[in-house]
Amino acid sequence: MQALKSAFRQLAGYPSALLGGILILILLGVGIYAPIAIPYNEAIALWRGGEEHWRQNPRNVPPLWYNWFTKEALPISFQYTEADENVTRTDTPRENGGTNTIITYTFDFQADKFPQELIVYLKSDYATKKPFISFTWITPDGREVRVTDLGITQSETYRFGQDTKLQRRLGGLPANQGLFADPNSEEVKPLKGTYTLVMDALTFEDGDTIVSSEFVMHGLVSGWFGTDHFRRDLGVAMLWGTPVALAFGTLASFGTSVVTMIIAAIGVWFGSWLDELIQRITEVNLVLPFLNILIMVGVFYSRSIWTMLGVTILLSIFNASIKSYRAIFLQVKESPYIEAARAYGASNMRIVFQYLIPRIIPLLIPGLVLGIPAFVFLEATLAVLGLGDPVLPTWGKMINDANNNAALYNGFYYWILQPAVLLMFTGLSFAMVGFAMDRVFNPRLRGV
Amino acid sequence: MTVEKQLNEATPAVFKKGKDREVLLSIRDLRVWFELRRFGFGHAGYVRAVDGVSLDLHRGETIAVVGESGCGKSSLMKAILGLHKPTEGEIIFDGKNINEVGQAGLNWYRSQVGYVQQDPYGALPPFMSIERILEEPLIINGVSSKQERRDRIMKALEEVKLTPQAEFLPKFPHQISGGQQQRIVIARAMILQPRLIVADEPVSMLDASVRVEILRLMSALQESHDLAVIYITHDLSTVRYFSERIFVMYAGQIIEKAEVDSLLAKQMHPYSEALLAATSDPDADNALTFKQVPPGEPPSLVKPPEGCRFHPRCPYIIEGVCDVKMPPEFEPVPSHYTLCWLHDPEQN
Repeated sequence: MQALKSAFRQLAGYPSALLGGILILILLGVGIYAPIAIPYNEAIALWRGGEEHWRQNPRNVPPLWYNWFTKEALPISFQYTEADENVTRTDTPRENGGTNTIITYTFDFQADKFPQELIVYLKSDYATKKPFISFTWITPDGREVRVTDLGITQSETYRFGQDTKLQRRLGGLPANQGLFADPNSEEVKPLKGTYTLVMDALTFEDGDTIVSSEFVMHGLVSGWFGTDHFRRDLGVAMLWGTPVALAFGTLASFGTSVVTMIIAAIGVWFGSWLDELIQRITEVNLVLPFLNILIMVGVFYSRSIWTMLGVTILLSIFNASIKSYRAIFLQVKESPYIEAARAYGASNMRIVFQYLIPRIIPLLIPGLVLGIPAFVFLEATLAVLGLGDPVLPTWGKMINDANNNAALYNGFYYWILQPAVLLMFTGLSFAMVGFAMDRVFNPRLRGV
Repeated sequence: MTVEKQLNEATPAVFKKGKDREVLLSIRDLRVWFELRRFGFGHAGYVRAVDGVSLDLHRGETIAVVGESGCGKSSLMKAILGLHKPTEGEIIFDGKNINEVGQAGLNWYRSQVGYVQQDPYGALPPFMSIERILEEPLIINGVSSKQERRDRIMKALEEVKLTPQAEFLPKFPHQISGGQQQRIVIARAMILQPRLIVADEPVSMLDASVRVEILRLMSALQESHDLAVIYITHDLSTVRYFSERIFVMYAGQIIEKAEVDSLLAKQMHPYSEALLAATSDPDADNALTFKQVPPGEPPSLVKPPEGCRFHPRCPYIIEGVCDVKMPPEFEPVPSHYTLCWLHDPEQN
């Protein structure tokens, strides 16, 4: 214990270990935050996707930070409901029954490009006569544009871009351009300033109401991580990929090295046929194609991440490190203190677990830490090959989706870049700590 | 001052009380052979590390087993400790044959035999604290009360003069000196209150200054606990002060056994003679003389020589006798035994 403590104190002397440690702490923080922010079931539901979850998002748009690097600011997507501050609603009862509801959406528009689409979602409650609603668009320079008048059903979606009458009224420009275009400019470019959408709704009988309204603009950037072809916010996968990757890497690395070490120790201690058997199994296992077997399991049995984890650990137990552990154990086995322990009657199991294994734990730790990124990459590799967990959002699956949708060809590089950077950081942080640990725990490497 | 002189002053009286008491450990015609294999399965003979050794050890008696490296004394010791299974022969401790007592009996036997090793640093697990090292034998032998274990550890440390004990308990082996490490090894051997201690060159790895203290400590413990001690060494200079009888081993056999004084005064076997002559004495005159050592190498234990095993190196070889027939045990002087044709009463 004391040796371990002093080893960790030495470790703090390596700047790379400190930096790596900080990165690991950040990753751990994200890994803990993710399931708190988005519970498991919700994350899975979000990643399964569908209109009810993601209708506010445009498809395949870059993240917010994209604006930092472009000369022309791209419009940022938004979704406003009546709960937001920039939305007002007044309900006035009418003399002959029903109400007059006026809802205004005010928003600031400072982009140099036009958004993709404007959509209003309305929900109403009525007995026999449909409520009637008229939309007015007020531009920053004070022009009032009549958008449309329509009778609405209980659940109505109005897409500005699909209204051909509106397009005609706007002089042939599609709504997403016509509504924002600067009339004084020769070329078609948006006018910056505060826009207002006014919805004037009439219901005709007492008890009829406009239940709720929602105004959505699909801009050209969305969220901190962009969106994919299913309008999903990539942030969900970025966030949830962290605990999945860390859990997979840590469990696989820990499980593999500990079990490997125990098997090596038992083989060395009991010797004879058991040792031979372990050696032969290891040698056979070493020539088995690891990834191919995993792919086979994924194709024919299950792609669940837990199945993959189990198979990975099973296949990695009898790996090459059994040979190096064995070499060390053979040396330790002949130590006088083991002989002494036998002389005072220590049982075989006690010798294996209390005398052999503790001796090489310091050698195990760096390998364990360095093993984590290897297994994180393995999980990503499987996902990229299309064998990712079917329901969980992970970094590897993001890359797989991006690849399937020709992300680089279409210029959606953020789709690949972001998970790749996270994978790199994970690998880097564990490698930096692991290499420093190797030097501390393995004195032969010290002057290197 | 030489080690010998220090020892002379340290242990004025050599205790000779064991001889007439009841036998504690009796070894009958013990053989420890290791099978050699060819290609991992074919039989290729045996290494006869111990080949027909018999000895009796009385309660409270100290004996020394001496011999050069590779003569089988370590294998004999390990067989006594129950670490090697004898190929043939019996080890009888306190009237019980330990090859037939079963696991429970073997555990009891192991608690009765303490083991002091040669290299004190190697003998202590480097990842355990002193407290844990001393606690292990107690845990293994079923001392379940934490308080009792603690008391016994304190008592053992006091016996080996490591006080204040509390200072040593949390330390690790690398934090204490070589002499202190050897004291811990002795404390560990003593903690189960054994009746027999097997000491394998307990002072050969220590500084000359510490040797005396450790030997003095061992004789004090031997006396106060009425221990039987098997002292294994190749260093004859310390034997005289620590044992009552000497067993000289050569090529897996005991070729001479006698009381210390009798053997040191007159060696019957040519090998004992050579061994004693080779013992270095810290005397300036020795630098000018050249010691006569027997020519050749110790024999192969796989195919030992016909007849007397020492005959290829022996200066007094009797052609036609020594290289043909194995000598039986002769007793030319009362209680001084030897395996040498030179002392055949019929020949003389």
